[in-house]
Amino acid sequence: MGLKKYIDQKVKPQFEENGKLKSFRSLFDGFYTFMYVPNETSKVHGSHIHDAIDSKRIMSFVVIALIPCLLFGMYNVGFQHYRAIGESADFISMFLYGLAAVMPKVVVSYAVGLGIEFTVAQWKKEEIQEGFLVSGMLIPLIVPINCPLWIIAVATAFAVIFAKEVFGGTGMNIFNVALVTRAFLFFAYPTMMTGDKVWVNGEYMDCITGTVDGVSAATPLGEIAAGQAVSTDVMDTITGLMPGSIGETSVIAIAIGAIILLWSGVASWKTMFSVFAGGALMAFLFKGHLSEISNFEWWEHLTVGGFCFGAVFMATDPVTSARTETGKYIYGFLIGCVAILVRTLNPGFPEGMMLAILLMNVFAPLIDYCVVQANINKRAKRANK
Amino acid sequence: MSLFSKENGAVFTGPLNINNPIAVQVLGICSALAVTSQLKPAIVMGLSVTVITAFANVIISLIRKTIPNRIRIIVQLVVVAALVTIVSNILKAYVYDVSVQLSVYVGLIITNCILMGRLEAFALQNGPWESFLDGVGNGLGYAVILVIVGFVRELLGSGTLLGFTIIPSSALMENGGLYLHNGMMTMPAMALIILACVIWAHRSINDKEK
Repeated sequence: MGLKKYIDQKVKPQFEENGKLKSFRSLFDGFYTFMYVPNETSKVHGSHIHDAIDSKRIMSFVVIALIPCLLFGMYNVGFQHYRAIGESADFISMFLYGLAAVMPKVVVSYAVGLGIEFTVAQWKKEEIQEGFLVSGMLIPLIVPINCPLWIIAVATAFAVIFAKEVFGGTGMNIFNVALVTRAFLFFAYPTMMTGDKVWVNGEYMDCITGTVDGVSAATPLGEIAAGQAVSTDVMDTITGLMPGSIGETSVIAIAIGAIILLWSGVASWKTMFSVFAGGALMAFLFKGHLSEISNFEWWEHLTVGGFCFGAVFMATDPVTSARTETGKYIYGFLIGCVAILVRTLNPGFPEGMMLAILLMNVFAPLIDYCVVQANINKRAKRANK
Repeated sequence: MSLFSKENGAVFTGPLNINNPIAVQVLGICSALAVTSQLKPAIVMGLSVTVITAFANVIISLIRKTIPNRIRIIVQLVVVAALVTIVSNILKAYVYDVSVQLSVYVGLIITNCILMGRLEAFALQNGPWESFLDGVGNGLGYAVILVIVGFVRELLGSGTLLGFTIIPSSALMENGGLYLHNGMMTMPAMALIILACVIWAHRSINDKEK
C-alpha cells in the first residue's frame, strides 16, 4: 500500500492540470488505471447497467488468453526456421530464435498504437482509452513472420487512425481494428500477405543469425487454391507445427485461449460456437467441390488458416459483433459460412476469415436491429391479443 | 463594373479555397477517385474540366436570355456535350496515351455535377466575363484537389511522379532494399481516404481563420 500512497500523494499531482508534467497526463493516467483499479467503478452489490469490472480488466483477460498463442507462435517460428535450414536444434534455441523474431513486432505494434492513442487522448483532453491493449497483441499474431517492422507500423497507424479514432475511439469502431490492420497489409502489400506462401525465415533476420536467405513454404490453403495436394497432415494443423501467420497455426493454443475467454465470461460462446457451425455446414455442403481440387477433408478446413483464431478472438470482439443474444447466433453463423465460401469459390483469396469477419462487422448493427424489431413485434402482438 | 474588380476577384478565388467544389461542396467525387491513380491523368483531367466549365459558362451566359426556361437543361447538355467532344478529340490528337488512360472519364465530364451546377447556379444569372472567371475558378479548384490526391497516390503507390522514378528501385524489397510500394494507393478506396484527409485539413485550416 505504501507505493500507491506515494504515487497518489507525490507523483499524481505532477501530472494534473497545474503540474510540471501535465503534457504526459494521459500517459500517466493510462498506466495508473491499468496498474490499479480505478476508484470509480460500479458497486458489486445491487443492480447496475455497468459491470463492476472495468474494461481494462476485461482487456487484460483477452491478453492473457492470447499468451498461449504467442508463446507457441514463437516456438513455431524457431521450429520452422531450423527445419528449413535443415539443422536440428533443441527446444530452447528454437524458442529464443522465435522470441527474437516476434518480440520486435509486439513492441512496434504497441508503441505505434498506444502512441497514437495517448496523443489523441492528450489532444482531446479525454481519458486514455484502453482498447488498444488487445489490438496491439492481436496485430503481431496475425502477420507473417517476415513482415518488415515499418510495414507493421504503417498498417497499425492506419488502422488506429482510420478504423478507430475517426469513429470516436474505443468502443465506437465499426470494424475490428486488428483485422483492419491485416486488411490494409493484405491490399497494400499483397506480396507479403497473400496467404498462399509464407516465408519461413526472412532475410532481415540474417543480421541476428547470419544464415541462408529466406526459404518459402506454402501454407495448406495456398496449396488448395493452387489445386495441389496438401502436404500438411491433420496432426500438424492441430498442434500448429506448420507455416502460417505467427499466432494462428495451433488449434491447441487457441483452444486454451478459448477456454480462458469462456471461463471468464469475456467472450460469448454463442458467437464462437455458431462460427464453427456455419463453417462446418458450408464446408460439408462444398464437400464434392473440395475433394475435386484437393485431398483435403471438409472438416480439416476448420483447423487451418485463421479460422480458429478468427472465431475465438476476432468474431467475439464485443464492440464489433452483434450484441443481441439471438443476433450472436446469426452473426457467427454467417461469418463461418462466408469464410468457407470465399475459400472454396474464390481462387484469388486463399483465406476468407478476415474478409468474412469484416463483412459481418458491417452487418452486425442490422442483425441487432432486426432481432430487436422482431421482439418488439412479437410482444406487441401478445399485448394486443 | 471593371474587369478586375473586387467582386470578380472573389468570383475567381472563392472556388479555389473557401467554396471549393470538391472539398466543400463535395461534387465531382466520382471522377476524382477514378483518374487520380497517377499525376499526369489527374492534371489533364483537371485542365479539361477547367476548359469545358469556363467555355460552357461563357456560352450559356451569352444565350441565357434566349433559352426557354423549360428546356434549359437540354440546351446546357448540348453545349457541354459539344465542348466535351472537342476536348476529347484534342486529347486524342495530342496526348493519346493519357486519353487512353482516362478512357470513358473524359466523356463522362458531361455528367460532372460541377459543370451542371455552375451553369444552373451561376451562368444563367451572370454576364459572360463573370461566368468565365467562375468557370475557370471552379475548374482549377477541382484540378487542385485532383493534383494533390494524384500526387500522393502516384508517389506512394508506384514511387513515381509524372512517370519519373522518385523512389530508387534499389530501395525496393525485391532488389534487397527495405521499401515496398503501397498497392492500396492504386485502388479507388484509398483515393477516398486521401480525399477525406484533404477535406479534413482544408476544414481545420479554414475554421482557424474564422
